[in-house]
Amino acid sequence: MPKLLPLLEDVVKKPVWDCRMCGQCVLHSTGMTCPMTCPKTLRNGPCGGVREDGHCEVIPEMRCVWVKAEERSHSPVNPRHWEEEFNDLRPPVDNRLKGTSSWINLVTGRDRRTPAGWQGVARERFSTVPGASMVEVDEPTTLPEGFHS
Amino acid sequence: MSRLSALLDSRQRQVVTAEFPSIDGGGLVAVEKAADELRPFVDAVNATDNPAAHAHASNTSIAIAMSQFGLEPIMQVVCRDKNRIAMQADIMGASLFGIENIACLTGDDVTAGDEPEARRVFDLDSTQLVKVASGLAEGHYLSGRAIKQPPELFVGAVENPFAPPLDYRVLRALKKAEAGARFLQLQIGYYPERLEAFVRGCVEAGVTRTTALLPTVVLTKSAKALSFMDESVPGISIPADMIARVAGAGDKDAIAEESYQLTLELSRHALSLPGVSGIHLTDFRHDGSLERLVRDLGIGPAYDPVATAAGTTTA
Repeated sequence: MPKLLPLLEDVVKKPVWDCRMCGQCVLHSTGMTCPMTCPKTLRNGPCGGVREDGHCEVIPEMRCVWVKAEERSHSPVNPRHWEEEFNDLRPPVDNRLKGTSSWINLVTGRDRRTPAGWQGVARERFSTVPGASMVEVDEPTTLPEGFHS
Repeated sequence: MSRLSALLDSRQRQVVTAEFPSIDGGGLVAVEKAADELRPFVDAVNATDNPAAHAHASNTSIAIAMSQFGLEPIMQVVCRDKNRIAMQADIMGASLFGIENIACLTGDDVTAGDEPEARRVFDLDSTQLVKVASGLAEGHYLSGRAIKQPPELFVGAVENPFAPPLDYRVLRALKKAEAGARFLQLQIGYYPERLEAFVRGCVEAGVTRTTALLPTVVLTKSAKALSFMDESVPGISIPADMIARVAGAGDKDAIAEESYQLTLELSRHALSLPGVSGIHLTDFRHDGSLERLVRDLGIGPAYDPVATAAGTTTA
């Protein structure tokens, strides 16, 4: 199943939203427009390079992903709270999730896990328990001091 | 606290920032020469980060050199060329040398430069970078790893009030302000009505309560320069009648003068808007027009009566 789901997700989302399988889908809050299709993969709004006609700085024949997203975020088809979430500050992409199923990550909450510093938390000191790094390999901030290569 | 931050906090007068020319060689003497030209007229200067995706002497090196020559640096950091680790390292490294002002930008795409085959990074976007940089000053890296003696930083960003989606630009400015941006240098623009709407929106949305707005004007001396920006610089559009006005001014000297007058008008308009804290200057003329502009506007350390009375200048 864990192998089948990413495949299924890709098959469904690729043709419709040109999904890039970032594994941490935010489509609902971006007017059902995938921000990973922006050549700069911007997740917090358009850059300053948008052309006068609303097209992309990098690919002139393409409309800016964020111009489309902004328009579509007001669509009456969408639930109201999706529109309200449009200007939320989205955290940096977790590059380890690329290629994984955002559906699984949504259910497990993995797609909402962010580094401690993103929540404004400073860790006073690192765990010094040997092998702590092995317990949670996807939490590099728990590596023991001196472990950094 | 950086000089720029103190000056903006005091709200004593409108500030002048400018763009430092790109440096490609010539040793520190080249930096010193450019610093000497700007120092009397500006409060702080941007050390650019590979502008228009062209490689030059780095943002950190120029910022450090500038501060050694008594010029207040604003270190630009763009998201195009480095990942989150390298950008944090640059800010922390520069802070060892007393660099406090950080401007976070997305960055022009690699296709705008002379090495379009380069890999683009964009590991963070500019708003995320604002938050990450603010976190450094609060005493932690993005990972959460504590910084025992955190650097003093004055973090800002850039916003473009002139590019679509126009209705959304105020919200984006607000988002950057909420992420920690204490100043926003605005993109070059030739639509005064768009600037006015943006600034008004920022005041109403509360952006200006925490964040200083600095619109940008450019000193040019030909209609060709305006056409070039209109056609080739990402995110800049110039109304045809403005270009025609400059082009139709007469001979070369008359055109240069008309270009100057246009910049002066745009500057006066920008500075007249309630909510604007100063102005950012980009000089493509290098013929003394920058001094003329700050004199005509009566702003900056050299020509502002408040600054002169307060003894903050020797000019």
